[in-house]
Amino acid sequence: MNTVVCPECEAEITLEASTEVGEIIVCPDCGVDLEITALNPAACQLAPMEQEDWGE
Amino acid sequence: MQKRYHLGVIYSRVRVEEKWIFGAMEKRGVDYERLDDREIAFDLDHPEPWQAFDAVLERSISYTSGLYALRMLNAFGVPTVNSAVVAEICGDKLVTSAVLARAGLPQPHTMTAFTPEAALEAIETFGYPVVLKPVVGSWGRLLAKINDRDAAEAVLEHKATLGSVQHSVFYIQEYIEKPGRDIRAIMVGDRVLTAIYRKSAHWITNTARGGEGELCPLTPEMEALCLQASQAVGGGVLAVDLVEHPQKGLLVNEVNHTMEFHTAQPVSGVDIAGEIVNYVLEAAQAARQVKEQAA
Repeated sequence: MNTVVCPECEAEITLEASTEVGEIIVCPDCGVDLEITALNPAACQLAPMEQEDWGE
Repeated sequence: MQKRYHLGVIYSRVRVEEKWIFGAMEKRGVDYERLDDREIAFDLDHPEPWQAFDAVLERSISYTSGLYALRMLNAFGVPTVNSAVVAEICGDKLVTSAVLARAGLPQPHTMTAFTPEAALEAIETFGYPVVLKPVVGSWGRLLAKINDRDAAEAVLEHKATLGSVQHSVFYIQEYIEKPGRDIRAIMVGDRVLTAIYRKSAHWITNTARGGEGELCPLTPEMEALCLQASQAVGGGVLAVDLVEHPQKGLLVNEVNHTMEFHTAQPVSGVDIAGEIVNYVLEAAQAARQVKEQAA
């Protein structure tokens, strides 16, 4: 089972089997957005802050 | 024998839509590459690596990165969904409005001005409330409902002082008393795949701002209007946002070129991601045929 540690609050987060690199997850403990940067082994970092020209 | 096409998908984040798109690519056995827009680079002297793609789907979250990537790819002769021209039109609300006006399509009354003083004069011709929107931006960010002259003066000054130069392109729109919802129609090519109501008690009904989705039955009027809007901006994979004006009826409010459909797909049960991938494959096929005929 893949887990990552939240760089903000150090909570251990278990990733769902369908998690992909580049996906954003929310830390269930502190609520910060995390970007999954690798899966084998799993790694994450704080997700980039929303920019003014982001959207659809 | 079915020809194999090499596709690219430019993205910033793997949102649920990208997961569905990648899944649809894999289900069809498509040879595709994931292209993170934070990692790619374009060498204008060496377009060959990019020209190896039969078509590229652009799904960047950053309008600027996506637009310039499309400009590069189109300059290299790589077909993209959508084209740079479509992105230029849809990514800027004022350009969209201008194109819709040229096509004679119904849309909210809109004015633009380039100084706070001229914008205030324009606002006064509307009466209050009125809506100020940034020309570039999404997810309902920085929309302002202006209820009186004091608020207008304050917001215009803040935008001119605190914002980038682009915030001094004042986009002023009539405030519409919509029935607690707007309509998002998903277009792929000339087809309206589905439409949803985006409901909210707040005047901003965007689902990114908490608006809820509900299936909206398509009417011939709605379909015709969406098709005209899509054709006006150049066509492709688009979301046409409509508002129901109490007097004027259906109006085209926005056309989005890298639309999100996290609500529309589950609510409608339509495989939007699959339809998008089919459309990109068709674009690749058409481009390949042109290339082969020219050879």
